[in-house]
Amino acid sequence: MIRLVDVWRSYSLGGQELHALAGVTEDVLDGEHVAVMGPSGSGKSTLLNVIGLLDRPTRGRYELDGREVSDLDDAELSRVRRDRVGHVFQAYHLVARLDAQRNVELPMLFAGVPRAERHERARAALAEVGLAKRSGHRPSELSGGERQRVAIARATVLRPTVILADEPTGNLDRAAGQQVLELLERLNHGGTTLMVVTHDLDVARRARRVLILEDGRVVNRLAGHELKSLAEALAAKRVEP
Amino acid sequence: MTDAFGFAAAALSTQRRRTLLSLLGVTIGVAAVVLLTALGEGARGFVAAQFEGIGANVLAVAPGRVKTGGVPAFGHTTTDLSIADAVALRRALPHARAAAPLVVGVDEVAHGARARSAMLLGTTADMRTIRGLELASGAFLPEGDWDRGANVAVLGARTAAELFPGTSPLGAQVRVGDWRLRVVGVLRPRGLHMGADLDEAVFVPVATAMRMLDRRSLFRVLLMLRSPDELEAARATADRLLVERHGREDFTLITPDAIVAALQGILTVLTLALAGIAAISLCVAGVGIMNVMLVSVSERRAEIGLLKAVGAGRGQVVRLFLVEAALIAGAGGVLGAALGWALAGAVRGLFPQFPAEPPAWAVGAALSVSLLVGLAAGAWPARAAARLDPVAALARR
Ligand SMILES: Nc1ncnc2c1ncn2[C@@H]1O[C@H](COP(=O)(O)OP(=O)(O)OP(=O)(O)O)[C@@H](O)[C@H]1O
Ligand SMILES: [Mg+2]
Repeated sequence: MIRLVDVWRSYSLGGQELHALAGVTEDVLDGEHVAVMGPSGSGKSTLLNVIGLLDRPTRGRYELDGREVSDLDDAELSRVRRDRVGHVFQAYHLVARLDAQRNVELPMLFAGVPRAERHERARAALAEVGLAKRSGHRPSELSGGERQRVAIARATVLRPTVILADEPTGNLDRAAGQQVLELLERLNHGGTTLMVVTHDLDVARRARRVLILEDGRVVNRLAGHELKSLAEALAAKRVEP
Repeated sequence: MTDAFGFAAAALSTQRRRTLLSLLGVTIGVAAVVLLTALGEGARGFVAAQFEGIGANVLAVAPGRVKTGGVPAFGHTTTDLSIADAVALRRALPHARAAAPLVVGVDEVAHGARARSAMLLGTTADMRTIRGLELASGAFLPEGDWDRGANVAVLGARTAAELFPGTSPLGAQVRVGDWRLRVVGVLRPRGLHMGADLDEAVFVPVATAMRMLDRRSLFRVLLMLRSPDELEAARATADRLLVERHGREDFTLITPDAIVAALQGILTVLTLALAGIAAISLCVAGVGIMNVMLVSVSERRAEIGLLKAVGAGRGQVVRLFLVEAALIAGAGGVLGAALGWALAGAVRGLFPQFPAEPPAWAVGAALSVSLLVGLAAGAWPARAAARLDPVAALARR
């Protein structure tokens, strides 16, 4: 479970304080599917980065699976990140010189998984996202949707408890986006917690819960099917649940 | 760790030209160390060869007492070192490889209208062994001619060429003062040897030379032993014999190996200095590697961010980049060692007397220093990579 208590993430820019997150308190239960929406600059990516242990809160508490993680040292942090969290980015972030197979193997490389097992698990993960036949292809030889599926295979190969996707369909057309979402939802049905940042109402509506962010704060929470438009969700601010 | 190598090698292969250029720096540095130390060793070997025979295993006897350092005792005139002494020394040392008396002077040597000043060396047949002389034509001084003194001469290469341009001097007569000598041999060009230009020399039988130069004493008796180990015993024997013959110690026994050792020492220092200078180029190569690695880190920010996002710890990122730097340095080092080796081989091919063999210590040191330089050069970029903030790196901010 993810538990954020009064989490702040502040930047000081030329003497001025800028709060990308300004006191977020939120629980995300195991196996939940949560969408995060909000205007540009409202702190969605920052929230995901903090949850995904790529960023540290300036202040506040963060518990992941019952463990306080905001003051772990670098080595412990990377271990938790590796074992518990899978990241999916809008820009895929595949390593261009490595083929799909090797990109998927990357997390296992740092986890010290033996070569043969690494190979086997990467193949299985690629098969799960329907790319068994493309394992020898480099990112430049794959379509956007295929690249994102490779990235999902990479994010899931170590069986994390949480998958964090920051606009995973942002660069994809409808059909490819649909395929990617279905993959993510399948993982979610298997018990993995899924958080998706999106600007796409259709994407957000598929979530069980939607968090609306504004100026670094969660200003509204609603069920996916209740979501009509971002403007309306912002207007109907319900700060406390 | 092998995985880190695979990853690093793949990373380097995407920036082939840049990698090769920085690798070239190491190659040149290591090749320079290997080649220059080989040249230093060659110089050492060359000098050692020059001293061979006259070096570690030759005992020289000189007339007079010069070694005690004090003022020669009054009333004691120096007893001559005679040919008879030389003969006695040779008899007393039957195991010596060669024994030759030597008397030295300078006089004008002429043939027809041509004349030139030459170094007159009076000696015997064994001098050929002792100085490693090679004949271009004819024969060297006759064996066994110690007391008689035939009127024959063996000419150094240049003396022969100048007195007999275009013709063979063999059998011809040369004049030295009032003396007429028949040329029986001509030496191969030899160059400087122990400070004397043997190409300008004229060798004559020792008894002849003593008469021509009007000398009563030899300049030296050279006793060449089979190995330096026999020096001490030979020295004692010679000492006893001459004291017995002269009634006192009015001679000096010289072993030139002290000089050889000093010269070898100087050349060793020279070799080390050359290696040191070449090692500086390795440091320059290190700067090149550092530069390439820094560029690489800044170009691969997103990749580094991703590696961190999938769980690479700082130590693991550091290791990846260190391995890259070490690969550049290691490959450059191996290529450089091979290149230096080949160049040294070429030098040996061109100058066979110059044994430019790269010493193993220099090759080993060059390789390990290049690896160290690579690691040192990679340390800063690797640290920079490890400290990248993954959020900023992934966002390309
Ligand atoms: N490194 C930084 N330095 C200064 N300000 C930053 C930094 N990173 C983010 N911010 C600011 O924090 C705020 C939140 O940024 P964030 O990227 O979380 O927004 P977002 O909701 O993901 O926006 P978008 O929908 O455009 O991706 C923005 O105002 C942004 O300018
Ligand atoms: Mg964002």
